[in-house]
Amino acid sequence: MWWQILLFLVMSAVIVTGFITEAPQKQIGEASRIFYFHIPQAWLCVVAFAMSAFYSARFLKNRKLIDDDYALDTARLGFIFCLLATITGSIFAKVTWGSFWNWDPRQTSIFILLLIYGAFFALRSAVEDEDRRATLSAVYSIFAFVTVPFLVFVVPRMVTSLHPTDSVIDENLNFTMGVQVRSIFFSSLAAFSVLYFWMLSLTKRLNRLKRKQMTGAA
Amino acid sequence: MRKKSIALPASNAGLTNKVLAVYVKDLRLELRSRYGLNAIFMFGISSLTVISFSLGQAALSTKVLSALYWIVVLFSAMSAMAQVFVREEESGTAMALRLTTEPNAVYLGKLFFNLSLLVILVSVITPLFFIFTDAPVEGIVNFLLVMILGVLDLCAATTLIAAIIARASVKGALFAVLSFPILLPVLIVLVAATDKVWAGSSLAEVSKLLQFLLAYVVIMVTASLMLFKFVWED
Repeated sequence: MWWQILLFLVMSAVIVTGFITEAPQKQIGEASRIFYFHIPQAWLCVVAFAMSAFYSARFLKNRKLIDDDYALDTARLGFIFCLLATITGSIFAKVTWGSFWNWDPRQTSIFILLLIYGAFFALRSAVEDEDRRATLSAVYSIFAFVTVPFLVFVVPRMVTSLHPTDSVIDENLNFTMGVQVRSIFFSSLAAFSVLYFWMLSLTKRLNRLKRKQMTGAA
Repeated sequence: MRKKSIALPASNAGLTNKVLAVYVKDLRLELRSRYGLNAIFMFGISSLTVISFSLGQAALSTKVLSALYWIVVLFSAMSAMAQVFVREEESGTAMALRLTTEPNAVYLGKLFFNLSLLVILVSVITPLFFIFTDAPVEGIVNFLLVMILGVLDLCAATTLIAAIIARASVKGALFAVLSFPILLPVLIVLVAATDKVWAGSSLAEVSKLLQFLLAYVVIMVTASLMLFKFVWED
């Protein structure tokens, strides 16, 4: 229980300090506060995807349907975070670049991530047999995950982008932010990550119970 | 001893021979029905005609032209690339192939078959595209290099997807739905590279984009080879 209370306190502290302290980026000004929330969301979007690929690989290895449930759970959570990152990002784009959507490379890559999640769900709904659905979606999930490094790291750096690139680390891998900004940012990142793993563990428990009930009834 | 007696002639052949056997089999089937070739040609020529009609004599920038070119190639490819696996499932021959041939040979044979299909497609579509539109013919060698990499990318990314959807109960639009997110990064880079080449850039100027395209082929084929057996032997 204690860590849930701690999570609540840290999250509240991040929200409060994120708004009352000085804006993290002088040039962009007030809008740059979104950085405390937008980056953790985008980060979890990729982490959830990686977890989905991980459970998919484990399913292909052990052939336990519970792993397929987990892969779906984390994909669902990842989709939510992806949607949140897209929305917060486009609000930021409106404020700083003047339009909600202008196909900046970053926007393109998060849009493709959304499409991949969408395709994953579409594939699942197109296969009736449970084992086959698990296999096919596991393969697709891993196959799509292989393209993520291209989307997240390569494409945005090959095409000129308006997206701030040096907000966390600069080219020499040094932190660009001051101590205060850094501590708020990393607290937020940690809090969001804990939140994600908590949500994941809840859905995992739910699925374990469902599987248990199914085998019990059979 | 017993195992040997029921083994089929091809089972102790090398991988290259098996790949070739699958490839030749598909080629023969294709020449018998010409389903894939007909679909891919008619689709390509129709879309090219639509573009040519609707644009008339409008002077287009290389940026628009390169986008149009890859849209025609992509959609024509989409119309027939899934066939290579769907046909096996529908005619009930998948099981026989599964029993006689190892997955890697099946995958590579099908990959090369799709590749041939696409190479034939672009070798017809590209001259027509140059005739119908005013795409610059200068720097054609550079363009051909980009085109070949693009064709490799398309095949590498879609052959595994074709195997996936052949096993799904609802096929319909699923092939395009599953392929697009994986192909979009390639498509963005292909359009950018073609645009630059047509605008007169040298190969050195587009080398980063070409590296991207090449890396993508390698990664997609490697991942496909690792994952294919799960789809195929399920």
